Amino acid sequence: METKTKFDLKLGMATREAFGRALVDLGRENKNIVALDADLSKSTYTHFFAKEFPERFVECGIAEANMIAIGAGLASSGKIPFAASFSCFAINKGFEQLRVAVAYPNVNLKVVGTHSGISIGEDGPSQMSIEDLGLACSLPGFTVLSPADEVSMRALVFAAAAHIGPVFLRAGRPKAAIVHAADQHFEIGGSVQLTDGKDLTILAHGLLVAEAIRAQEKLEAEGVSVRVIDMYSIKPLDRDAIARAARETRAIVVAEEHLVASGLGVRVAQVVTETHPCPMEFVGIQDTYAESGTPEELMEKYGLVASNVIAASKRVLGRK
Amino acid sequence: MIKTSNVAELQLIAKQMRREIVEMITHAKSGHPGGSLSAVEILVTLFFDVMRHDPANPKWPDRDRFILSKGHAAPVLYSVMAECGYTPKDQLNTLRKLGSIYQGHPDVRFIPTLEASTGSLGEGLSIGIGMSLAAKLDQRPSRTYVVLGDGEVQEGQIWESAMFGGDKGVDNLVAILDYNHIQLDGFVNDIMPLDPVPDKWRAFNWHAIEVDGHSIPALQAAFAEAATTKGRPTIVVAHTIKGKGVSFMENNPKFHGTAPTEEEMEKALLELA
Repeated sequence: METKTKFDLKLGMATREAFGRALVDLGRENKNIVALDADLSKSTYTHFFAKEFPERFVECGIAEANMIAIGAGLASSGKIPFAASFSCFAINKGFEQLRVAVAYPNVNLKVVGTHSGISIGEDGPSQMSIEDLGLACSLPGFTVLSPADEVSMRALVFAAAAHIGPVFLRAGRPKAAIVHAADQHFEIGGSVQLTDGKDLTILAHGLLVAEAIRAQEKLEAEGVSVRVIDMYSIKPLDRDAIARAARETRAIVVAEEHLVASGLGVRVAQVVTETHPCPMEFVGIQDTYAESGTPEELMEKYGLVASNVIAASKRVLGRK
Repeated sequence: MIKTSNVAELQLIAKQMRREIVEMITHAKSGHPGGSLSAVEILVTLFFDVMRHDPANPKWPDRDRFILSKGHAAPVLYSVMAECGYTPKDQLNTLRKLGSIYQGHPDVRFIPTLEASTGSLGEGLSIGIGMSLAAKLDQRPSRTYVVLGDGEVQEGQIWESAMFGGDKGVDNLVAILDYNHIQLDGFVNDIMPLDPVPDKWRAFNWHAIEVDGHSIPALQAAFAEAATTKGRPTIVVAHTIKGKGVSFMENNPKFHGTAPTEEEMEKALLELA
């Protein structure tokens, strides 16, 4: 497989903004696209859609449970609704509705959670979503996607709309480094191998993909050959890519801006133990809530930067 | 399928539905007879007279939608849908049994002609509003009817959707409150009173109509009034009797969620003969 070896990691749009812009283009193509928001449209960027298609924008006020179930009703009548809010509110406050009104009858609703993880910064833990992937993945039939940059977000907004069934799309607040080529292909259940390597594999999603690349570059300089994979499809997983990584590199690090107890890592570990068991290490948020601070300070303090990925890589190599 | 505005004919169907509800729940040995029996006239008036629907073309885009938000009253919906021809009548007594399409609560996976899976209280009104919004976007004549339980409106989500529906002028939607005054733990007034019910909805900009929920002519008039009410949704506050039609079940909290015994079924069927 052809893989890039050098990344400039130029800062692009926040994935939430890439979502909002892609939604407008999607709305131009398909008149069945409807957007719902719960008084956060300027933050989730659905205000772009609201401006261009006011008749197809549903402002629900601060009532996420109602928003999710209204979205379910719209979907049941043939619309393709995208319901957006901060991830913690869409998932946590709408969870019962996601379960009974969406997942259980397999309704074609797309839920977009912005401001995921702790990189929202100063607003603090009440607005931070560190449980969303665990909750979304626990719903039978749900597709769960966590794009790393504007390129993958745009492609996955279109993929989500084309997919028949419920989808959760996770977006972040800060600007995100561009890790993908403009023509990169993305699909539900896929992954993108960004570098090839033989000593270990780093699997990451969201903002941690760029950190994984930074870690890979430092490790390569020390003579360690590292495979980096963007596992943007949290559910369904690209099982083949995981099994191949486990077999060929025999050491895996998973890095994510989510609780380690219920994120991508535990899902990958299940595949590894079912296929080619090998040592694994996990970079993520431990069993705790974060605090206020700048995004950079928080990512550093809670162990979500390249140096943490490097340390985990060295630990896993020591266990081979 | 019978379509009629004739009150005597509708009353005959209602009596038959009551017999089927009692039999189904007795055979199942569990279920919710009281709240099924209280809603019989509401569903019979809607399905056999008021609603635009066609069992031969169940996914007709212009159809009216019906959601039983109080999903535990599934037996009344099943008996009505079977009578309409949506589902097999000869399987009604498989209610709640493994593999039956007649699940404990309405489940679209088993009956695709249902509009929604319900059972977790408080969600049906929001789902119905979504359907009504879709009808408006597509400029279809479809109307949405949502039956709510009285205990159910203790759920916070009901008031989120009430606020939304009133503000957004969802006038192609009618909520019907089956106000039978009893919930699982006892009388609504002892657990969490709802009054003044119509005033609460009016304060949320709904058109509220109070009717005797067992009077088919009163229900017909209320739905006709709702259809001509523009700019806001309508709630029909239907005053009903829990367990209506079976003397020992009427106003008896025990029969919110307890199946009749075989003997009780025989006694009930005599009363409903």
